Amino acid sequence: MIFAAILAGGIGSRMGGTDTPKQFLTLGDKPVIIHTIEKFVINSRFDKILVLVPQSFINHTINLISEFIKDNNNIVVLKGGQTRNNTIMNAISYIDDNFDIDDDSIIVTHDSVRPFVTHRIIEDNIAFAAKFGACDTVVPASDTIVESVDGELIKNIPLRDNFYQGQTPQSFKINKLAKLISSLNEDEINILTDACKIFVLNGEDVVLVDGEITNIKITYPYDLKLANTILKGIEND
Amino acid sequence: MINIIYRLKSPKFFEEAIEEVNLDDVLVRPIYLSICQADQRYYQGSRPSEILARKLPMALIHEAVGEVVSDSKNIFKAGDKVVMIPNTPFGEDICRANYSKHSKFRGSGFDGFTSDLVSLNHDRLVKIPEDFNLKVSSFIELMTVAYQGIMKFSNINCVSKDRLGVWGDGNLGYITSLFLKVLYPDSKIIVFGKHSENLNLFSFADEIYMIHDIPDSLDIDHGFECVGSQASQSAIEQIIDLINPQGTINLFGVSEYPIPINTRMILEKGITVQGNSRSEREDFEGVVDILQDNPQLFSYLSKLITNICEVKSIDDLKLAFDKDYISKFGKTILKWEI
Repeated sequence: MIFAAILAGGIGSRMGGTDTPKQFLTLGDKPVIIHTIEKFVINSRFDKILVLVPQSFINHTINLISEFIKDNNNIVVLKGGQTRNNTIMNAISYIDDNFDIDDDSIIVTHDSVRPFVTHRIIEDNIAFAAKFGACDTVVPASDTIVESVDGELIKNIPLRDNFYQGQTPQSFKINKLAKLISSLNEDEINILTDACKIFVLNGEDVVLVDGEITNIKITYPYDLKLANTILKGIEND
Repeated sequence: MINIIYRLKSPKFFEEAIEEVNLDDVLVRPIYLSICQADQRYYQGSRPSEILARKLPMALIHEAVGEVVSDSKNIFKAGDKVVMIPNTPFGEDICRANYSKHSKFRGSGFDGFTSDLVSLNHDRLVKIPEDFNLKVSSFIELMTVAYQGIMKFSNINCVSKDRLGVWGDGNLGYITSLFLKVLYPDSKIIVFGKHSENLNLFSFADEIYMIHDIPDSLDIDHGFECVGSQASQSAIEQIIDLINPQGTINLFGVSEYPIPINTRMILEKGITVQGNSRSEREDFEGVVDILQDNPQLFSYLSKLITNICEVKSIDDLKLAFDKDYISKFGKTILKWEI
């Protein structure tokens, strides 16, 4: 079986100036999260699309989905966790409780604030997770990466060719992911915020999926402004 | 839903663009696309500058097959393989929609198929059988242009259809000759060209001639001009010269410049000249039927494929166009993985 988990658990502390989490702000004429969900709704390969949001936004999200997405039987809104890993674990618990999955079942996890993900990226994630067990969507690093430990002096400037910027989706065989996350202690859960990193630290292969530079994450007010400009730019061309 | 479109911004310069698409139509993911001369003229910037200024930015490519991703009305199933019809009517007309002023054409009047997903009305898709070769199917649109010209020719009541001449040894000439051979098995298909290496591929034709080396006694009943550009002038002149009285000439070749025609001889021989451009749904259905009934055509048509380019980025798309430009013959197929 194939599941999508759209992760909207965060409350957007970096967005500033607004109490509304960034995934609920408007891009074009719809909330960001709706644009993101639409990318998964059109893909009939998903057995269920899980949308994980803060407790206080569950009803709001349900209302938005019924307002904007006609064909919404396949979507369920769940409570996210304190951390990204907790949120993923909530998704896995729901899947375990409601579906009879096997070792080949896959979860495609995606940031709710990346509405520009393409159909091709999602398809590649499903294919690569099925074949290799885990995959991560990346683009080659375009800026030079500078390492500093104290924030004052450069410690190292690694060779850029070996560096990529992580995007999402990140996709995994569900049982394998659950096993690895449940083996973490409380401290590790807080430190290992990236599910792919959990795989890598356990010696498991994670293959790269080509991302797109357009698959931007709306994190800061500037990003939303940029995203709106890109979307509206077409009408002005 | 948000869609990513890869548009030609100016000659040789593509850019990503983002646009909302309607989920009420059918969403199709392109699988294989095929470059046409018309796309190449935009890419190279060889269209007049005022046309480029008016039409760009625009996604190119109007020949493509894809896979249905979703259909709100459940007429198509996810995974259905389809050929996409580029001509799109935006209003009723008494003429065929491919000649209507109310129609727009993809990659000419609006965005072509180079995008993550393409949103189309249900009647702009024709399902193709699972066993079709998808690389060959990517240029079904080009076949439909030949097909609709042949169908119009079929509707003309004329004395004799024994000797059918095709001018042009390029892609359209090849397809037109091949389809004539299937649709008129009792007629002689005679091909005229100027590249012997291309003409060698026309092994199914009954007679083949180099245009500068034609026997004096040769005649034809009807002619199909698949040459285009300025060379279509000498092709049309030769057709008029060789055609029997009351024959028809079907014109297919596009030229950026006006082509002088010897009207005196057209009058004297009572010749009918017919223009052909683009195609409509019935032509797509007709071609799919022909290919289904004559599976041997796939091996003939696959000879036209000269480049298969995997496209994973805008740079790959540029490379594919550059590669196509230096190919003297055949089709460049894009495996769409961007």
